Amino acid sequence: MLTKRIIPCLDIKNGRTVKGVNFVDLIDAGDPIILAKQYAELGADELVFLDISATLEGRKTMLEMVLKVAEQVNIPFTVGGGISSVADVALLLKSGADKVSVNSSAIKRPELVNELAAKFGSQCVVVAIDAKQVRGEWRVHLAGGTIPTDLNLFQWAKEVEKRGAGEILFTSMNNDGTKTGFANEALAKLSTELNIPIIASGGAGTVQHFVDTFKKGKSDAALAASVFHFGEIKILELKQVLKEHLIPVRI
Amino acid sequence: MKIIIIDYGAGNIKSIQFAFKRLGFDAVLSHNIDEIKAADKIIFPGVGEASSAMKMLQESGLDKVIPTLKQPVLGICLGMQLMCTSSEEGNTKGLGIFDVAIKRFSNAVKVPQMGWNVICNLKSALFLGIKENEFMYLVHSFYAESCEAAIATTNYELPYASALQKDNFYGVQFHPEKSGVVGSKILANFLKL
Repeated sequence: MLTKRIIPCLDIKNGRTVKGVNFVDLIDAGDPIILAKQYAELGADELVFLDISATLEGRKTMLEMVLKVAEQVNIPFTVGGGISSVADVALLLKSGADKVSVNSSAIKRPELVNELAAKFGSQCVVVAIDAKQVRGEWRVHLAGGTIPTDLNLFQWAKEVEKRGAGEILFTSMNNDGTKTGFANEALAKLSTELNIPIIASGGAGTVQHFVDTFKKGKSDAALAASVFHFGEIKILELKQVLKEHLIPVRI
Repeated sequence: MKIIIIDYGAGNIKSIQFAFKRLGFDAVLSHNIDEIKAADKIIFPGVGEASSAMKMLQESGLDKVIPTLKQPVLGICLGMQLMCTSSEEGNTKGLGIFDVAIKRFSNAVKVPQMGWNVICNLKSALFLGIKENEFMYLVHSFYAESCEAAIATTNYELPYASALQKDNFYGVQFHPEKSGVVGSKILANFLKL
């Protein structure tokens, strides 16, 4: 049976992890390669690296990091942040990334999704969507959730599926950082209306939140950052609890 | 030992090269027919769309060479699918090494299947020392039907062949290079064939 995936997300700036990470005794908690290896050993099913560097120099460092992760880590990983062209993706995949995620660039130019799917296959195209519920309607936001667009979450998700996205990474801006649980109602709707995997993001605070997003939210995978980085939730223990709730996991 | 990864422009081959490096072996990327024929072990990778990958094989003449190889050949993911008779993806005629057709999962399940699933009914030396129901990483929308050449089975919508073997030809639908220590053991087994 296909299992539900647990995905730690690492924010990277100039080749280093930004937010403090202290879930294990590390020599260098800012080294994404050491962290990635550690997460792979601790039972993570996949990893996401989000490049938040704003400079060209930072992007170059990111490519070097991707190459090193591919060299040393034996589970799949996705790279996102600042990707806006077929050429960007070609470089990342050539360096060993398994998937890429696009967000704002797909909103600005939706054809990008078609181009990437045609060139590299849908399996490596993740479309990340940041959305916020405003007066009952889920609105897609740009630039890390700061700028609202006219797009409706569900319509946009269906459109990128049609254009060739292989997976949706949905972050609820209402839930992100609150540690009050994932946006399960919207997630369940996405999962029911679309036929590609949905990754839940934003709101993870407790083990029960993961149980809920797989049961109520019908999510295929769940992504989180701080609860893993600060050791508040240990992946193996989380998976044991999921298993007790009869949610299929890889242990 | 000379390990060649056939480089015909399809997919993430860096990961496979690194997986062998972690095992202590240098695998060389090549599309040179003489070099491929002279190798001890050959990896036939592939990610992407079947008909365009097949076209790339035809342009380089590799479609004629691969079925005649005598040394162990391991097709991975789309590589395995192209070794079959046909694929519903792009209505593609395959290399015909494995006598089985490639079909698409129905929309009763999410397509692609993406993530970790188990392999069972293991039958080949490729799986020496591998327990039943170990987890492998898979990403695919098309699958090989259950058939005589099946050496592993996985369930998604239905039981299908997640690994195939005929003589010196092996194919795996999953990504051993991305499947942790167990995947790495399968690659090590392949090198011992």
